[in-house]
Amino acid sequence: MRKLKRFIPFYIMMIPGLTYLFINNYIPLTGLQLAFKKFKYNEGIFNSPWVGMKNFSFLFKTNDAWVLFRNTLGYNLLFLVINTVLAIAVAILLNEVRSAFVRKMSQTVVLIPFLLSYVVISYIVYALLGQSGGMVNNSILKPLGMEPVSWYTKPKYWPLILTLVQAWKAFGYNSIIYYATIIGFDKSLYEAAAVDGAGVWKRIWFITMPMLKATVITLTLMSIGRMFYSDFGLFYQVPMNSGMLQKATTTIDTYVYRGLMESNDIGRAAAAGFLQSILGFVTVLTANTVVRKIESENALF
Amino acid sequence: MNMKSERGFSNGAAVIMVLLAFICIFPVLLLFMSSITSEASLLKNGYSVFPEEFGFDAYRYLWMSREKILRAYGMTIAQTSVGTSLSVVVTTLLAYPLSRKDLPGRNVIAFYIFFTMLFSGGMIPSYMMWTQMFHIKDTFFALIFPSLFLSGFAVIMMRTYFSTNIPDNVLEAAKIDGASEVKILLRIVLPMSKPILSTVGLMTALAYWNDWMNGLYYLTKRTDLYTIQNLLNRLITSADFLSNNQANSLLAANIQVPSVGVRMAVAVIAILPILVIYPFFQKGFVKGIVIGGVKG
Repeated sequence: MRKLKRFIPFYIMMIPGLTYLFINNYIPLTGLQLAFKKFKYNEGIFNSPWVGMKNFSFLFKTNDAWVLFRNTLGYNLLFLVINTVLAIAVAILLNEVRSAFVRKMSQTVVLIPFLLSYVVISYIVYALLGQSGGMVNNSILKPLGMEPVSWYTKPKYWPLILTLVQAWKAFGYNSIIYYATIIGFDKSLYEAAAVDGAGVWKRIWFITMPMLKATVITLTLMSIGRMFYSDFGLFYQVPMNSGMLQKATTTIDTYVYRGLMESNDIGRAAAAGFLQSILGFVTVLTANTVVRKIESENALF
Repeated sequence: MNMKSERGFSNGAAVIMVLLAFICIFPVLLLFMSSITSEASLLKNGYSVFPEEFGFDAYRYLWMSREKILRAYGMTIAQTSVGTSLSVVVTTLLAYPLSRKDLPGRNVIAFYIFFTMLFSGGMIPSYMMWTQMFHIKDTFFALIFPSLFLSGFAVIMMRTYFSTNIPDNVLEAAKIDGASEVKILLRIVLPMSKPILSTVGLMTALAYWNDWMNGLYYLTKRTDLYTIQNLLNRLITSADFLSNNQANSLLAANIQVPSVGVRMAVAVIAILPILVIYPFFQKGFVKGIVIGGVKG
Protein backbone atom coordinates (compact mmCIF):
# COMPACT_ATOMS: atom_id res chain seq x y z
CA MET A 1 0.00 0.00 0.00
CA ARG A 2 2.76 2.44 0.95
CA LYS A 3 4.48 1.53 -2.26
CA LEU A 4 1.43 2.43 -4.31
CA LYS A 5 1.04 5.70 -2.45
CA ARG A 6 4.52 6.68 -3.52
CA PHE A 7 3.46 6.30 -7.15
CA ILE A 8 0.38 8.50 -6.97
CA PRO A 9 2.27 11.62 -8.15
CA PHE A 10 3.38 9.62 -11.19
CA TYR A 11 -0.16 8.75 -12.18
CA ILE A 12 -1.19 12.36 -11.75
CA MET A 13 1.71 13.51 -13.94
CA MET A 14 0.60 11.20 -16.71
CA ILE A 15 -3.02 12.40 -16.78
CA PRO A 16 -2.59 15.30 -19.27
CA GLY A 17 -0.66 13.21 -21.79
CA LEU A 18 -2.88 10.16 -21.53
CA THR A 19 -5.99 12.32 -21.80
CA TYR A 20 -4.66 14.04 -24.89
CA LEU A 21 -3.89 10.73 -26.58
CA PHE A 22 -7.37 9.50 -25.67
CA ILE A 23 -8.87 12.57 -27.34
CA ASN A 24 -6.62 12.91 -30.34
CA ASN A 25 -6.00 9.23 -31.10
CA TYR A 26 -8.68 7.06 -29.49
CA ILE A 27 -11.97 8.95 -29.83
CA PRO A 28 -11.53 9.32 -33.63
CA LEU A 29 -11.42 5.53 -33.90
CA THR A 30 -15.16 5.54 -33.20
CA GLY A 31 -15.53 7.79 -36.25
CA LEU A 32 -14.37 4.99 -38.53
CA GLN A 33 -18.03 3.91 -38.66
CA LEU A 34 -18.63 6.92 -40.94
CA ALA A 35 -17.39 4.76 -43.79
CA PHE A 36 -20.66 2.81 -43.45
CA LYS A 37 -22.94 5.79 -42.91
CA LYS A 38 -24.44 8.65 -44.82
CA PHE A 39 -23.10 11.58 -42.85
CA LYS A 40 -25.48 14.38 -41.97
CA TYR A 41 -23.99 17.39 -40.22
CA ASN A 42 -27.02 18.04 -38.05
CA GLU A 43 -27.25 14.40 -36.91
CA GLY A 44 -23.57 13.92 -36.07
CA ILE A 45 -21.50 10.77 -36.42
CA PHE A 46 -23.56 8.53 -34.17
CA ASN A 47 -27.06 9.40 -35.38
CA SER A 48 -26.40 9.51 -39.12
CA PRO A 49 -28.12 6.62 -40.91
CA TRP A 50 -26.31 3.41 -41.84
CA VAL A 51 -25.91 2.70 -45.54
CA GLY A 52 -23.99 -0.58 -45.47
CA MET A 53 -21.29 -0.86 -48.13
CA LYS A 54 -22.72 1.88 -50.35
CA ASN A 55 -19.80 4.31 -49.82
CA PHE A 56 -17.38 1.62 -50.84
CA SER A 57 -19.32 0.63 -53.94
CA PHE A 58 -19.44 4.32 -54.93
CA LEU A 59 -15.71 4.62 -54.40
CA PHE A 60 -14.92 1.56 -56.48
CA LYS A 61 -17.49 2.23 -59.19
CA THR A 62 -15.43 5.13 -60.46
CA ASN A 63 -11.85 5.01 -61.55
CA ASP A 64 -10.94 6.98 -58.40
CA ALA A 65 -10.10 4.10 -56.13
CA TRP A 66 -7.63 2.54 -58.53
CA VAL A 67 -5.84 5.86 -59.15
CA LEU A 68 -5.70 6.65 -55.43
CA PHE A 69 -4.21 3.40 -54.35
CA ARG A 70 -1.90 3.14 -57.33
CA ASN A 71 -0.51 6.63 -56.66
CA THR A 72 -0.18 6.22 -52.91
CA LEU A 73 1.55 2.85 -53.05
CA GLY A 74 3.51 3.58 -56.23
CA TYR A 75 5.00 6.83 -54.96
CA ASN A 76 5.80 5.31 -51.59
CA LEU A 77 7.65 2.38 -53.14
CA LEU A 78 9.54 4.70 -55.48
CA PHE A 79 10.46 7.04 -52.62
CA LEU A 80 11.52 4.15 -50.42
CA VAL A 81 13.97 2.77 -52.98
CA ILE A 82 15.34 6.16 -54.03
CA ASN A 83 15.64 7.49 -50.49
CA THR A 84 17.45 4.41 -49.24
CA VAL A 85 19.95 4.28 -52.10
CA LEU A 86 20.58 8.02 -52.01
CA ALA A 87 20.93 8.19 -48.23
CA ILE A 88 23.43 5.32 -48.07
CA ALA A 89 25.45 6.72 -50.98
CA VAL A 90 25.62 10.19 -49.44
CA ALA A 91 26.47 8.82 -45.99
CA ILE A 92 29.35 6.77 -47.41
CA LEU A 93 30.65 9.72 -49.43
CA LEU A 94 30.43 11.99 -46.41
CA ASN A 95 32.42 9.48 -44.41
CA GLU A 96 35.17 9.36 -47.04
CA VAL A 97 35.64 13.13 -47.27
CA ARG A 98 38.90 14.04 -45.55
CA SER A 99 38.51 17.78 -45.37
CA ALA A 100 36.82 18.49 -42.03
CA PHE A 101 35.52 21.78 -43.41
CA VAL A 102 33.73 20.19 -46.37
CA ARG A 103 32.35 17.46 -44.13
CA LYS A 104 30.96 19.91 -41.61
CA MET A 105 29.68 22.40 -44.15
CA SER A 106 27.86 19.83 -46.26
CA GLN A 107 26.42 18.13 -43.20
CA THR A 108 24.90 21.46 -42.21
CA VAL A 109 23.66 22.49 -45.63
CA VAL A 110 22.03 19.21 -46.72
CA LEU A 111 19.61 19.56 -43.82
CA ILE A 112 18.28 22.94 -44.97
CA PRO A 113 15.54 21.50 -47.23
CA PHE A 114 14.32 19.46 -44.26
CA LEU A 115 13.71 22.71 -42.37
CA LEU A 116 11.32 24.17 -44.94
CA SER A 117 7.56 23.64 -44.98
CA TYR A 118 5.89 22.35 -48.11
CA VAL A 119 4.13 25.69 -48.55
CA VAL A 120 7.49 27.40 -48.88
CA ILE A 121 8.75 24.58 -51.10
CA SER A 122 5.74 25.00 -53.36
CA TYR A 123 6.82 28.63 -53.87
CA ILE A 124 10.32 27.47 -54.75
CA VAL A 125 8.99 24.90 -57.21
CA TYR A 126 6.79 27.61 -58.70
CA ALA A 127 9.81 29.88 -59.12
CA LEU A 128 11.44 27.04 -61.05
CA LEU A 129 8.49 25.75 -63.06
CA GLY A 130 6.03 28.64 -63.39
CA GLN A 131 4.67 28.99 -66.92
CA SER A 132 5.79 32.54 -67.71
CA GLY A 133 8.20 33.39 -64.89
CA GLY A 134 9.73 30.03 -64.08
CA MET A 135 13.47 29.70 -64.20
CA VAL A 136 13.41 26.45 -66.15
CA ASN A 137 11.32 27.87 -68.99
CA ASN A 138 13.08 31.24 -69.06
CA SER A 139 16.69 30.57 -68.28
CA ILE A 140 17.17 26.98 -69.44
CA LEU A 141 14.71 26.02 -72.16
CA LYS A 142 14.63 29.41 -73.91
CA PRO A 143 18.41 29.75 -74.38
CA LEU A 144 18.43 26.18 -75.70
CA GLY A 145 15.83 27.18 -78.26
CA MET A 146 13.16 24.91 -76.78
CA GLU A 147 9.49 25.68 -76.36
CA PRO A 148 8.37 26.59 -72.84
CA VAL A 149 6.56 23.75 -71.05
CA SER A 150 3.31 24.28 -69.22
CA TRP A 151 4.40 22.21 -66.22
CA TYR A 152 1.30 22.75 -64.11
CA THR A 153 -1.08 21.36 -66.72
CA LYS A 154 0.81 18.25 -67.88
CA PRO A 155 0.43 15.29 -65.49
CA LYS A 156 3.09 13.23 -67.22
CA TYR A 157 5.95 15.27 -65.74
CA TRP A 158 4.73 15.06 -62.17
CA PRO A 159 5.89 11.63 -61.06
CA LEU A 160 9.41 12.85 -61.81
CA ILE A 161 8.92 16.32 -60.30
CA LEU A 162 7.36 14.97 -57.09
CA THR A 163 10.08 12.36 -56.76
CA LEU A 164 12.82 14.96 -57.15
CA VAL A 165 11.21 17.41 -54.73
CA GLN A 166 10.66 14.66 -52.18
CA ALA A 167 14.22 13.38 -52.53
CA TRP A 168 15.57 16.92 -52.26
CA LYS A 169 13.75 17.49 -48.99
CA ALA A 170 14.46 14.07 -47.46
CA PHE A 171 17.92 12.94 -48.48
CA GLY A 172 19.87 15.09 -46.00
CA TYR A 173 17.81 13.85 -43.10
CA ASN A 174 18.07 10.19 -44.12
CA SER A 175 21.77 10.32 -44.89
CA ILE A 176 22.52 11.81 -41.47
CA ILE A 177 20.94 8.73 -39.87
CA TYR A 178 23.13 6.40 -41.94
CA TYR A 179 26.19 8.57 -41.44
CA ALA A 180 25.78 8.42 -37.66
CA THR A 181 25.54 4.64 -37.93
CA ILE A 182 28.70 4.45 -40.04
CA ILE A 183 30.82 6.61 -37.73
CA GLY A 184 29.74 4.35 -34.88
CA PHE A 185 31.41 1.34 -36.52
CA ASP A 186 34.57 -0.15 -35.14
CA LYS A 187 37.49 1.60 -36.88
CA SER A 188 39.88 -1.29 -36.34
CA LEU A 189 37.94 -3.41 -38.85
CA TYR A 190 38.70 -0.88 -41.57
CA GLU A 191 42.34 -0.61 -40.56
CA ALA A 192 42.76 -4.38 -40.59
CA ALA A 193 41.14 -4.55 -44.03
CA ALA A 194 43.41 -1.79 -45.32
CA VAL A 195 46.47 -3.65 -44.04
CA ASP A 196 45.25 -6.75 -45.84
CA GLY A 197 45.16 -4.70 -49.03
CA ALA A 198 41.41 -4.09 -49.41
CA GLY A 199 40.79 -0.92 -51.44
CA VAL A 200 38.16 1.65 -50.68
CA TRP A 201 35.44 -0.02 -52.77
CA LYS A 202 36.07 -3.39 -51.19
CA ARG A 203 35.90 -1.90 -47.72
CA ILE A 204 32.58 -0.22 -48.52
CA TRP A 205 31.13 -3.36 -50.05
CA PHE A 206 32.33 -5.94 -47.53
CA ILE A 207 32.39 -3.98 -44.29
CA THR A 208 30.13 -0.92 -44.44
CA MET A 209 27.22 -2.38 -46.40
CA PRO A 210 26.71 -5.53 -44.31
CA MET A 211 26.91 -3.51 -41.11
CA LEU A 212 24.26 -1.07 -42.36
CA LYS A 213 21.79 -3.90 -42.82
CA ALA A 214 20.14 -3.44 -39.42
CA THR A 215 19.53 0.26 -40.03
CA VAL A 216 18.18 -0.39 -43.51
CA ILE A 217 15.74 -2.95 -42.14
CA THR A 218 14.53 -0.67 -39.34
CA LEU A 219 14.02 2.33 -41.60
CA THR A 220 12.41 0.26 -44.36
CA LEU A 221 10.07 -1.27 -41.82
CA MET A 222 9.00 2.19 -40.69
CA SER A 223 8.37 3.27 -44.30
CA ILE A 224 6.39 0.13 -45.06
CA GLY A 225 4.27 0.86 -42.03
CA ARG A 226 3.40 4.19 -43.68
CA MET A 227 2.80 2.65 -47.11
CA PHE A 228 -0.84 3.75 -47.25
CA TYR A 229 -0.07 7.25 -45.98
CA SER A 230 1.32 10.04 -48.11
CA ASP A 231 2.80 13.39 -47.23
CA PHE A 232 -0.22 15.63 -47.73
CA GLY A 233 1.98 18.70 -48.16
CA LEU A 234 3.95 17.20 -51.02
CA PHE A 235 0.90 16.12 -53.00
CA TYR A 236 -1.35 19.06 -52.19
CA GLN A 237 0.97 22.08 -52.04
CA VAL A 238 3.68 21.31 -54.55
CA PRO A 239 1.28 20.76 -57.53
CA MET A 240 -0.60 23.83 -56.18
CA ASN A 241 -3.78 21.75 -55.91
CA SER A 242 -4.00 21.89 -59.70
CA GLY A 243 -7.05 20.02 -60.97
CA MET A 244 -5.40 19.12 -64.26
CA LEU A 245 -2.63 17.23 -62.50
CA GLN A 246 -4.87 15.13 -60.30
CA LYS A 247 -4.39 11.90 -62.21
CA ALA A 248 -0.71 11.98 -61.28
CA THR A 249 -0.90 13.71 -57.91
CA THR A 250 -3.97 12.43 -56.06
CA THR A 251 -3.23 10.19 -53.12
CA ILE A 252 -5.52 8.88 -50.39
CA ASP A 253 -4.71 11.89 -48.23
CA THR A 254 -5.46 14.55 -50.83
CA TYR A 255 -8.60 12.69 -51.87
CA VAL A 256 -9.84 12.62 -48.29
CA TYR A 257 -9.05 16.32 -47.93
CA ARG A 258 -10.99 17.23 -51.07
CA GLY A 259 -13.93 15.06 -50.11
CA LEU A 260 -14.08 16.65 -46.68
CA MET A 261 -13.27 20.29 -47.37
CA GLU A 262 -13.97 20.99 -51.04
CA SER A 263 -16.54 18.71 -52.64
CA ASN A 264 -18.41 17.68 -49.50
CA ASP A 265 -18.35 14.09 -50.67
CA ILE A 266 -17.80 12.67 -47.21
CA GLY A 267 -19.09 9.16 -47.87
CA ARG A 268 -16.49 8.19 -50.43
CA ALA A 269 -13.71 10.04 -48.64
CA ALA A 270 -14.59 8.23 -45.39
CA ALA A 271 -14.51 4.91 -47.22
CA ALA A 272 -11.04 5.70 -48.60
CA GLY A 273 -9.89 6.84 -45.16
CA PHE A 274 -11.26 3.66 -43.58
CA LEU A 275 -9.28 1.51 -46.00
CA GLN A 276 -6.18 3.59 -45.30
CA SER A 277 -6.47 3.05 -41.53
CA ILE A 278 -7.19 -0.67 -41.70
CA LEU A 279 -4.69 -1.51 -44.44
CA GLY A 280 -2.03 0.65 -42.77
CA PHE A 281 -2.52 -1.24 -39.51
CA VAL A 282 -2.42 -4.64 -41.21
CA THR A 283 0.71 -3.69 -43.17
CA VAL A 284 2.68 -2.56 -40.15
CA LEU A 285 1.79 -5.73 -38.23
CA THR A 286 2.62 -7.98 -41.18
CA ALA A 287 5.94 -6.30 -41.93
CA ASN A 288 6.98 -6.53 -38.32
CA THR A 289 5.97 -10.18 -38.04
CA VAL A 290 7.98 -11.04 -41.15
CA VAL A 291 11.09 -9.28 -39.84
CA ARG A 292 10.68 -10.88 -36.45
CA LYS A 293 10.69 -14.30 -38.11
CA ILE A 294 13.85 -13.58 -40.12
CA GLU A 295 15.90 -11.28 -37.87
CA SER A 296 14.15 -10.94 -34.56
CA GLU A 297 16.49 -8.28 -33.15
CA ASN A 298 15.54 -5.84 -35.91
CA ALA A 299 11.80 -6.01 -35.37
CA LEU A 300 10.23 -2.78 -34.17
CA PHE A 301 8.18 -4.51 -31.49
CA MET B 1 46.34 -0.63 -51.64
CA ASN B 2 47.70 2.42 -53.34
CA MET B 3 47.34 5.72 -51.56
CA LYS B 4 46.79 7.62 -54.78
CA SER B 5 43.45 6.05 -55.61
CA GLU B 6 42.37 6.46 -51.98
CA ARG B 7 43.10 10.15 -52.17
CA GLY B 8 41.33 10.36 -55.51
CA PHE B 9 38.21 8.75 -54.03
CA SER B 10 38.24 11.10 -51.09
CA ASN B 11 38.59 14.15 -53.34
CA GLY B 12 35.83 12.88 -55.59
CA ALA B 13 33.62 12.44 -52.54
CA ALA B 14 34.35 16.01 -51.48
CA VAL B 15 33.44 17.36 -54.92
CA ILE B 16 30.13 15.46 -54.94
CA MET B 17 29.29 16.65 -51.42
CA VAL B 18 29.94 20.27 -52.37
CA LEU B 19 27.72 19.79 -55.41
CA LEU B 20 24.93 18.29 -53.29
CA ALA B 21 25.24 21.15 -50.83
CA PHE B 22 24.87 23.54 -53.75
CA ILE B 23 21.73 21.73 -54.94
CA CYS B 24 20.27 22.12 -51.45
CA ILE B 25 21.00 25.82 -51.19
CA PHE B 26 20.35 26.93 -54.78
CA PRO B 27 16.51 26.90 -54.68
CA VAL B 28 16.58 28.89 -51.44
CA LEU B 29 18.92 31.36 -53.09
CA LEU B 30 16.55 31.59 -56.06
CA LEU B 31 13.71 32.43 -53.69
CA PHE B 32 15.74 35.14 -52.00
CA MET B 33 17.12 36.70 -55.18
CA SER B 34 13.65 36.75 -56.74
CA SER B 35 12.35 38.71 -53.78
CA ILE B 36 14.90 41.48 -54.33
CA THR B 37 14.53 41.65 -58.10
CA SER B 38 12.65 44.58 -59.62
CA GLU B 39 9.15 43.75 -60.82
CA ALA B 40 9.96 44.83 -64.37
CA SER B 41 12.93 42.55 -64.50
CA LEU B 42 10.88 39.67 -63.05
CA LEU B 43 8.21 40.14 -65.70
CA LYS B 44 10.80 40.25 -68.44
CA ASN B 45 13.23 37.50 -67.42
CA GLY B 46 11.30 35.46 -64.89
CA TYR B 47 12.74 34.29 -61.59
CA SER B 48 16.51 34.20 -61.62
CA VAL B 49 19.48 34.15 -59.27
CA PHE B 50 21.12 36.88 -61.34
CA PRO B 51 18.64 39.75 -61.43
CA GLU B 52 19.01 42.20 -64.28
CA GLU B 53 17.91 44.92 -61.93
CA PHE B 54 17.51 44.87 -58.16
CA GLY B 55 14.33 46.23 -56.62
CA PHE B 56 12.78 46.31 -53.20
CA ASP B 57 9.19 47.07 -54.20
CA ALA B 58 8.10 43.70 -52.87
CA TYR B 59 9.35 44.50 -49.39
CA ARG B 60 8.04 48.04 -49.63
CA TYR B 61 4.63 46.62 -50.44
CA LEU B 62 4.88 44.20 -47.52
CA TRP B 63 5.76 47.10 -45.28
CA MET B 64 2.57 48.87 -46.37
CA SER B 65 0.61 45.72 -45.54
CA ARG B 66 2.59 45.30 -42.35
CA GLU B 67 -0.50 45.07 -40.21
CA LYS B 68 -1.39 41.67 -41.68
CA ILE B 69 2.18 40.47 -41.95
CA LEU B 70 3.18 41.40 -38.42
CA ARG B 71 -0.03 39.94 -37.08
CA ALA B 72 0.63 36.64 -38.85
CA TYR B 73 4.17 36.69 -37.58
CA GLY B 74 2.93 37.21 -34.06
CA MET B 75 0.54 34.28 -34.47
CA THR B 76 3.37 32.04 -35.66
CA ILE B 77 5.47 33.04 -32.67
CA ALA B 78 2.54 32.51 -30.28
CA GLN B 79 1.71 29.13 -31.81
CA THR B 80 5.32 27.96 -31.71
CA SER B 81 6.13 29.14 -28.20
CA VAL B 82 2.85 28.11 -26.51
CA GLY B 83 2.65 24.83 -28.43
CA THR B 84 6.26 23.82 -27.89
CA SER B 85 6.48 24.64 -24.20
CA LEU B 86 3.18 22.93 -23.35
CA SER B 87 4.05 19.96 -25.49
CA VAL B 88 7.49 19.42 -23.96
CA VAL B 89 6.05 19.62 -20.43
CA VAL B 90 3.27 17.11 -21.15
CA THR B 91 5.62 14.77 -23.03
CA THR B 92 8.12 14.79 -20.14
CA LEU B 93 5.43 14.21 -17.53
CA LEU B 94 4.24 11.18 -19.46
CA ALA B 95 7.67 9.81 -20.35
CA TYR B 96 9.37 9.99 -16.98
CA PRO B 97 7.03 7.76 -14.94
CA LEU B 98 7.11 5.23 -17.78
CA SER B 99 10.89 5.05 -17.51
CA ARG B 100 10.59 3.87 -13.91
CA LYS B 101 10.89 0.11 -13.91
CA ASP B 102 8.98 -0.21 -10.64
CA LEU B 103 5.84 1.65 -11.78
CA PRO B 104 2.80 -0.64 -11.49
CA GLY B 105 0.88 -0.86 -14.77
CA ARG B 106 3.83 0.40 -16.77
CA ASN B 107 3.44 -2.08 -19.61
CA VAL B 108 -0.26 -1.44 -20.08
CA ILE B 109 0.34 2.30 -20.31
CA ALA B 110 3.28 1.86 -22.67
CA PHE B 111 1.07 -0.24 -24.94
CA TYR B 112 -1.68 2.39 -24.79
CA ILE B 113 0.85 4.93 -26.13
CA PHE B 114 2.47 2.61 -28.62
CA PHE B 115 -0.87 1.63 -30.12
CA THR B 116 -1.48 5.26 -31.20
CA MET B 117 1.57 4.91 -33.45
CA LEU B 118 0.16 1.84 -35.18
CA PHE B 119 -3.47 2.62 -35.75
CA SER B 120 -5.21 5.89 -36.45
CA GLY B 121 -8.76 6.88 -37.27
CA GLY B 122 -7.63 9.20 -40.05
CA MET B 123 -8.45 12.76 -40.99
CA ILE B 124 -12.23 12.68 -41.29
CA PRO B 125 -13.02 11.28 -37.84
CA SER B 126 -10.40 13.61 -36.31
CA TYR B 127 -11.84 16.62 -38.05
CA MET B 128 -15.39 15.72 -36.99
CA MET B 129 -14.31 15.25 -33.41
CA TRP B 130 -12.30 18.46 -33.10
CA THR B 131 -14.99 20.55 -34.74
CA GLN B 132 -18.17 18.95 -33.36
CA MET B 133 -17.14 17.77 -29.90
CA PHE B 134 -14.57 20.42 -29.04
CA HIS B 135 -15.71 23.29 -31.29
CA ILE B 136 -12.17 24.16 -32.07
CA LYS B 137 -12.87 25.75 -35.44
CA ASP B 138 -11.70 29.37 -35.76
CA THR B 139 -10.04 29.47 -32.34
CA PHE B 140 -6.40 29.74 -31.32
CA PHE B 141 -6.61 26.19 -29.92
CA ALA B 142 -6.87 24.90 -33.49
CA LEU B 143 -3.26 25.96 -34.01
CA ILE B 144 -2.07 24.07 -30.94
CA PHE B 145 -3.96 20.85 -30.38
CA PRO B 146 -5.04 18.85 -33.43
CA SER B 147 -2.46 16.17 -34.28
CA LEU B 148 0.68 18.24 -33.51
CA PHE B 149 0.59 18.47 -29.77
CA LEU B 150 1.90 15.14 -28.50
CA SER B 151 3.39 12.25 -30.41
CA GLY B 152 3.68 8.77 -29.01
CA PHE B 153 7.00 8.63 -30.80
CA ALA B 154 8.46 11.51 -28.78
CA VAL B 155 7.17 10.00 -25.54
CA ILE B 156 8.80 6.65 -26.24
CA MET B 157 12.02 8.33 -27.37
CA MET B 158 12.19 10.34 -24.17
CA ARG B 159 11.32 7.35 -21.99
CA THR B 160 14.17 5.38 -23.55
CA TYR B 161 16.54 8.26 -22.86
CA PHE B 162 15.52 8.48 -19.21
CA SER B 163 15.80 4.75 -18.60
CA THR B 164 19.21 4.42 -20.26
CA ASN B 165 20.84 7.66 -19.08
CA ILE B 166 19.66 8.08 -15.50
CA PRO B 167 21.40 5.43 -13.37
CA ASP B 168 19.12 3.61 -10.94
CA ASN B 169 21.50 4.14 -8.03
CA VAL B 170 21.21 7.92 -8.40
CA LEU B 171 17.43 7.62 -7.99
CA GLU B 172 17.89 5.18 -5.10
CA ALA B 173 20.26 7.52 -3.30
CA ALA B 174 17.83 10.42 -3.63
CA LYS B 175 15.00 8.26 -2.32
CA ILE B 176 17.02 7.22 0.72
CA ASP B 177 17.71 10.90 1.37
CA GLY B 178 13.96 11.28 1.56
CA ALA B 179 13.38 13.32 -1.61
CA SER B 180 9.86 13.15 -3.04
CA GLU B 181 9.34 11.84 -6.58
CA VAL B 182 8.47 15.30 -7.87
CA LYS B 183 11.61 16.71 -6.34
CA ILE B 184 13.71 13.91 -7.85
CA LEU B 185 12.29 14.69 -11.29
CA LEU B 186 12.86 18.43 -11.03
CA ARG B 187 16.21 18.48 -9.24
CA ILE B 188 17.97 15.39 -10.54
CA VAL B 189 16.40 13.92 -13.65
CA LEU B 190 15.68 17.06 -15.68
CA PRO B 191 19.14 18.65 -15.25
CA MET B 192 20.64 15.37 -16.44
CA SER B 193 18.36 15.23 -19.50
CA LYS B 194 19.05 18.50 -21.27
CA PRO B 195 20.05 16.83 -24.58
CA ILE B 196 16.76 14.98 -25.00
CA LEU B 197 14.69 17.94 -23.81
CA SER B 198 16.30 20.27 -26.31
CA THR B 199 16.00 17.67 -29.07
CA VAL B 200 12.29 17.12 -28.53
CA GLY B 201 11.84 20.87 -28.10
CA LEU B 202 13.60 21.69 -31.37
CA MET B 203 11.68 19.12 -33.38
CA THR B 204 8.37 20.23 -31.90
CA ALA B 205 9.16 23.90 -32.48
CA LEU B 206 10.05 23.21 -36.11
CA ALA B 207 6.78 21.32 -36.61
CA TYR B 208 4.76 24.22 -35.14
CA TRP B 209 6.64 26.91 -37.04
CA ASN B 210 6.08 25.08 -40.33
CA ASP B 211 2.49 24.06 -39.66
CA TRP B 212 -0.08 25.18 -42.20
CA MET B 213 -2.42 22.19 -42.11
CA ASN B 214 -4.27 23.04 -38.93
CA GLY B 215 -4.92 26.51 -40.30
CA LEU B 216 -6.09 25.07 -43.60
CA TYR B 217 -8.57 22.74 -41.90
CA TYR B 218 -9.71 24.74 -38.93
CA LEU B 219 -9.31 28.47 -39.64
CA THR B 220 -11.94 29.10 -42.27
CA LYS B 221 -13.43 32.40 -41.11
CA ARG B 222 -10.98 33.85 -38.61
CA THR B 223 -8.25 34.90 -41.01
CA ASP B 224 -6.96 37.19 -38.28
CA LEU B 225 -5.63 34.02 -36.61
CA TYR B 226 -3.57 33.14 -39.68
CA THR B 227 0.07 32.32 -39.10
CA ILE B 228 2.69 33.26 -41.65
CA GLN B 229 2.40 29.77 -43.20
CA ASN B 230 -1.38 30.12 -43.52
CA LEU B 231 -0.85 33.50 -45.12
CA LEU B 232 1.55 31.98 -47.64
CA ASN B 233 -0.90 29.21 -48.35
CA ARG B 234 -3.66 31.75 -48.93
CA LEU B 235 -1.49 33.94 -51.18
CA ILE B 236 -1.12 31.08 -53.67
CA THR B 237 -4.77 31.38 -54.60
CA SER B 238 -5.43 35.04 -53.84
CA ALA B 239 -2.53 37.39 -54.32
CA ASP B 240 -4.67 40.36 -53.31
CA PHE B 241 -5.17 38.97 -49.80
CA LEU B 242 -2.64 41.44 -48.44
CA SER B 243 -4.16 44.52 -49.97
CA ASN B 244 -5.58 47.21 -47.73
CA ASN B 245 -6.38 50.87 -48.05
CA GLN B 246 -2.84 52.08 -48.03
CA ALA B 247 -1.77 49.51 -50.54
CA ASN B 248 -4.79 50.36 -52.65
CA SER B 249 -3.76 54.00 -52.73
CA LEU B 250 -0.57 52.73 -54.27
CA LEU B 251 -2.71 51.27 -57.02
CA ALA B 252 -4.55 54.56 -57.40
CA ALA B 253 -1.25 56.35 -57.72
CA ASN B 254 -0.68 54.15 -60.73
CA ILE B 255 2.24 52.33 -59.25
CA GLN B 256 2.19 48.68 -60.12
CA VAL B 257 1.64 46.17 -57.34
CA PRO B 258 4.68 43.89 -57.36
CA SER B 259 2.57 40.75 -57.10
CA VAL B 260 5.17 38.43 -58.60
CA GLY B 261 7.89 39.40 -56.16
CA VAL B 262 5.62 39.83 -53.13
CA ARG B 263 4.94 36.13 -52.79
CA MET B 264 8.61 35.34 -52.80
CA ALA B 265 9.22 38.08 -50.23
CA VAL B 266 6.64 36.59 -47.85
CA ALA B 267 8.24 33.17 -48.27
CA VAL B 268 11.64 34.66 -47.47
CA ILE B 269 10.25 36.27 -44.33
CA ALA B 270 8.78 32.92 -43.29
CA ILE B 271 12.04 31.00 -43.54
CA LEU B 272 14.51 33.68 -42.50
CA PRO B 273 14.29 33.10 -38.72
CA ILE B 274 14.79 29.34 -39.20
CA LEU B 275 17.83 29.83 -41.42
CA VAL B 276 19.34 32.38 -39.03
CA ILE B 277 18.81 30.27 -35.93
CA TYR B 278 19.60 26.90 -37.51
CA PRO B 279 23.44 27.05 -37.50
CA PHE B 280 23.40 27.57 -33.73
CA PHE B 281 21.17 24.55 -33.18
CA GLN B 282 22.60 22.36 -35.90
CA LYS B 283 24.18 19.96 -33.42
CA GLY B 284 20.95 19.53 -31.51
CA PHE B 285 19.08 18.87 -34.74
CA VAL B 286 21.53 16.24 -35.88
CA LYS B 287 21.36 14.58 -32.49
CA GLY B 288 17.59 14.59 -32.69
CA ILE B 289 17.60 13.00 -36.11
CA VAL B 290 19.98 10.32 -34.95
CA ILE B 291 18.09 9.48 -31.76
CA GLY B 292 14.75 9.61 -33.52
CA GLY B 293 15.80 7.81 -36.66
CA VAL B 294 17.18 4.64 -35.20
CA LYS B 295 14.54 3.05 -33.02
CA GLY B 296 12.91 5.32 -30.44
